[in-house]
Amino acid sequence: MGMTMTQKILAAHAGLEKVEAGQLIEADLDLVLGNDITSPVAIKEMEKMNVDGVFDKDKIALVPDHFVPNKDIKSAEHCKCVREFAYRNEITNYFEVGEMGIEHALLPEKGLTVAGDVIIGADSHTCTYGALGAFSTGVGSTDMAAGMATGKAWFKVPSAIKFNIIGKPDKWVSGKDVILHIIGMIGVDGALYKSMEFVGEGIQNLSMDDRFTIANMAIEAGGKNGIFPVDELALTYIKEHSAKAYTVYEADEDAVYDAEYTIDLSSLRPTIAFPHLPENTKTIDEIKEDIAINQVVIGSCTNGRLDDLRTAAEVLKGRHVAKGMRCIVIPATQTIYMQAMEEGLLKTFIEAGAVVSTPTCGPCLGGYMGILAAGERCVSTTNRNFVGRMGHVDSEIYLASPAVAAASAVTGKISCPCQLS
Amino acid sequence: MKAAKGTVFKYGDNVDTDVIIPARYLNSSDPAELAAHCMEDIDKEFIQKVQKGDIIVATKNFGCGSSREHAPIAIKAAGVSCVIAETFARIFYRNAINIGLPIIECPEAAKDICAGDTIEVNFDTGVISDITKGTTYKGQAFPEFMQKIIAAEGLVNYINQQ
Repeated sequence: MGMTMTQKILAAHAGLEKVEAGQLIEADLDLVLGNDITSPVAIKEMEKMNVDGVFDKDKIALVPDHFVPNKDIKSAEHCKCVREFAYRNEITNYFEVGEMGIEHALLPEKGLTVAGDVIIGADSHTCTYGALGAFSTGVGSTDMAAGMATGKAWFKVPSAIKFNIIGKPDKWVSGKDVILHIIGMIGVDGALYKSMEFVGEGIQNLSMDDRFTIANMAIEAGGKNGIFPVDELALTYIKEHSAKAYTVYEADEDAVYDAEYTIDLSSLRPTIAFPHLPENTKTIDEIKEDIAINQVVIGSCTNGRLDDLRTAAEVLKGRHVAKGMRCIVIPATQTIYMQAMEEGLLKTFIEAGAVVSTPTCGPCLGGYMGILAAGERCVSTTNRNFVGRMGHVDSEIYLASPAVAAASAVTGKISCPCQLS
Repeated sequence: MKAAKGTVFKYGDNVDTDVIIPARYLNSSDPAELAAHCMEDIDKEFIQKVQKGDIIVATKNFGCGSSREHAPIAIKAAGVSCVIAETFARIFYRNAINIGLPIIECPEAAKDICAGDTIEVNFDTGVISDITKGTTYKGQAFPEFMQKIIAAEGLVNYINQQ
């Protein structure tokens, strides 16, 4: 019986010829990540361990991104704790305000995540780096602490679900629609404890930013990780951004999967997840009633990359957001911010009546920078629409692509760009 | 290992970490402060009613969503002695073991046991007894490796012992 792509990466990092689903292994880590919410807890736990500093100051990334620039005194204290730890341990990859970005957009851009890596991060969306052919998964603060101290983590080797991607998507269909469609199909626990392995000729029709979005939301189906094969596009991205050595792994031909699905990109439509679960999906064509909204958020580790901003700007160009609409655009990193500025996207957003924020996770998790009041509705390109996620427990979040979000900002109700005049 | 005995708080599918501890309170990492807001967005009365030793029972995918360890920390600091569910989201599962909050997967118990029942859980055998109903269930025992972490009361102590 062969191994899946994920199993091969894990076997190599555990020093084993072969692993199988269910086996408990200890693997060497190539990168350990934390943010301003999870790192303070990890730092406190690490201080309880009988260890002398971190295992490798170059293999730890600390990215304050959730509540920065500091939203209040307590957040400032958390960030201070992370900053002091980073300086004390001479952490190479600590990113201060001004150089930081949303962690899962920032680390690939900085070349810290490459094919074949094993990466843990104390943030559930750490699974994003599977887009580059890495095994990456979210953990909690104690795992992060142990990872920083020892450079190792224990894993139960996952089984996998295979998604065979075929076809070419329509103009307004993007990676977000692909992953929302899949979550709608298999449910929020459809891939619980499993790898989601994406394969097939249709992948060539997905940009790197599309793939980051898809891998990013594997956790929203309960997945341990999402992973893509390493093709020319991924290799070009890695070589452009990183000097790190990478290894390309491929699933064995006789690898065994718990289930296999075929996703025809040409049949997908703009897809929206209704409150209060990412699995409550409807295509734009299935929405018969007008759903009036108060706010639009375009950003996050899911959809704050350059492709996303370009799409939103294309929709908003020469148009204006609806009267009373709050449209908040958040470029995910300083580099993306700069590129968006140079391409004139920020001008388009501001002329359209949107606001542009510095990189932050802020509104996605109800931190700040766009909190909802009771009864308010938001179309958001973020990743979760749980009760109270973006503010009041009686508010509602509709998850969608940047195209749908931008079009909805214009009309004031859930809309697709194809419905705009 | 010790056993747990307490009154049940019962919840449904997909109890996410945002309702277990809303992100608006994540500017703190103090267990007592987190516990004061535990389950606030799904059950406002939980924190007033919960007694030391009480047990949470839920159905599918308990603890889905964010990786925040603050979620099991808040539950443990609120006095909860054990969480039983049909299934757990995987990051919550790891986090609970790593901080020493006992959790057990048992679909039958998760389905049958009702809010307010008094139940007892034996961590060595995985046997769950509903004293109110007079029924017993066999939960999934932990693999030996995880038992060692739990016996050490968390990953930090386990690493220190090695």
